Amino acid sequence: MIMKNTLILFCLKKILRLMLLMAAVATFSYVLVSFSPVNPVDAYLGTAILKVSPEQREIIAKRWGLDQPPVERFFNWASQLIQGNFGLSTIFNEPVLSVIGKRFVTSFWLMFLAWTLSGIFGFVLGVLSGTFENSVLDKSISLYAYTMASTPTFWVGMVLLTVFSIQLGWTPVCCAWPVGLSPEQATLGQRVHHLVLPAFTLSLIGIAQITLHTREKTIEAMNSDYAAFARAQGEKDLGIAFRHALRNVLLPAVTLQFASIGELFGGAVLAEQVFSYPGLGKTTVEAGYRGDVPLLLGIVIFSTLFVFAGNTMADLIYQAVDPRIRKTGGLI
Amino acid sequence: MLDIKSLSIGFSSYSFGLKKHTVLAIRSLDLSVSKKEVLAVVGQSGAGKSLLAHALLGILPRNASLSGDLTFKGKKLTPKDMALLRGREIALIPQSMTYLNPLLKVGVQIARAAELSGVSPKASWKATLEALRRYRLEEKIARRFPFQLSGGMARRILTATATIGKADLILADEPTNGLDQATAGETLGHLRGLADAGKAVLLITHDIEAALSIADRVTVFCGGVTVEEARASDFNGSGKLRHPYSRALWDALPGRGFVKSLPARSPISSSGGCPFIFFCEKSTPLCEGSLPGIKNLNQGCVRCHHA
Repeated sequence: MIMKNTLILFCLKKILRLMLLMAAVATFSYVLVSFSPVNPVDAYLGTAILKVSPEQREIIAKRWGLDQPPVERFFNWASQLIQGNFGLSTIFNEPVLSVIGKRFVTSFWLMFLAWTLSGIFGFVLGVLSGTFENSVLDKSISLYAYTMASTPTFWVGMVLLTVFSIQLGWTPVCCAWPVGLSPEQATLGQRVHHLVLPAFTLSLIGIAQITLHTREKTIEAMNSDYAAFARAQGEKDLGIAFRHALRNVLLPAVTLQFASIGELFGGAVLAEQVFSYPGLGKTTVEAGYRGDVPLLLGIVIFSTLFVFAGNTMADLIYQAVDPRIRKTGGLI
Repeated sequence: MLDIKSLSIGFSSYSFGLKKHTVLAIRSLDLSVSKKEVLAVVGQSGAGKSLLAHALLGILPRNASLSGDLTFKGKKLTPKDMALLRGREIALIPQSMTYLNPLLKVGVQIARAAELSGVSPKASWKATLEALRRYRLEEKIARRFPFQLSGGMARRILTATATIGKADLILADEPTNGLDQATAGETLGHLRGLADAGKAVLLITHDIEAALSIADRVTVFCGGVTVEEARASDFNGSGKLRHPYSRALWDALPGRGFVKSLPARSPISSSGGCPFIFFCEKSTPLCEGSLPGIKNLNQGCVRCHHA
């Protein structure tokens, strides 16, 4: 009973927090966009700008509501948003939600693959590194992690692109499916082939953080009192690592991994740009350049939701796995 | 069972300019304990008592260096032997609950200790339940996590874990730390029971009164040096104690009305002299210059130029 009540309370709290967060994000990003130097009409017209008379421009501006003061526009937009209407994307001429939906599916596989790979490899490398602290293995893993942690994603992307796509020709140079085909025509094999390099790039970078974090936690666990007691009982280093340290390191690592979903989003924007991968990240950049305010704000709100969901999952998993929290029935 | 002669433990560290320094944490430690006996090692915090336990188990940090003669069951102990003996023949009863893995059920931890000491994995669970019964713990305790235990239960679990492997030498490191009178008494009772059952118990503590209640002999430790070895009965205020430091410790007990106040911690002398010179009334230039040797006196030992 207590357990059930606390769960309901937990959900209510989370929902309240989410609503406050959404309101804040919507307001701030709207303010930011309204300060953008990009004129949506100019951006929309592009090269056609020379053929359009000032009168015609005014008609477009009026149709988009650009003649109204920004505060009024904000409230118009917000009230539509609450009703679930995200508006029309100006560059795709499609409802914002359907654009996000399509692009997200493409991005999702990229992000999911990168996230899973970096999580697993990062954790394993971190545990090994921490268990054999100061060994050659630890030093090489740390060197790799520190290098990757301080390397920009787009740069790694370009290097890999140069090596694997251009020089070796193993992977395609761009896109999520072969150029000239529609997404429906592409086979699964072709899609995976196009996915490999961007996902690899994101994982290479993503491994760094989880490795360094896991390494610290493992070292801490290996020097803990319970590790000393295990050693006194005759347990070897590897035994201590697997029987004792692993459990204590896994929890914070899982939390970190779920909390890092936000960064994954940021990384995807850069990687997709380099690989011309038509996912949500690339769409964000296009929407920004071409003044597609409804789409840009829609993506911002969607990503807020996505990151929030990641963090909430981390919280829930912690509670489900850690006996210290589970057995006492305390949620948050 | 165990015989230690002039053991010293140093820690090396690097300061600016990569100059290597060695700090001696234990300068000269001598003690011996035989079976059916409880030997208490008493001294103030910082005297290097816990290091002794870690040294015997060979689990000192990597930058530690050890020298001296260690003999266990008549055989010289090398670091290699220690790795083989720990858990099987020498067991540690640690000082607090933090020595249990917080995320592992206590039964699993005891069973693992049993396996490491040579019990077959099949029999280890049975052995665990037996160990719990021996310490008057219910079977269901085995399925609890450490945070679900009371302080007294945790002590019994730690003792059960350490003694499951039939080790002959038990090292108890500050076993009464932070316990209430009743639980501390119970824990000490268990240690006495282990000694009576034929094991050798090394009780490392700063709590002299607790130590005296079960110990046969007492080794007094000051600033990294053994200064006296006495029978527990010598601590009775009749002036049988041999070293001025032991007398000062005894006089500083609450029951004796805090007659003398001792410094918070005895500095580890670097000059090589007696560690107690700064506070000793009898100190002479001789005490400052050289560390006295061990002398036998009244069925005990003392390390003092004036004894």
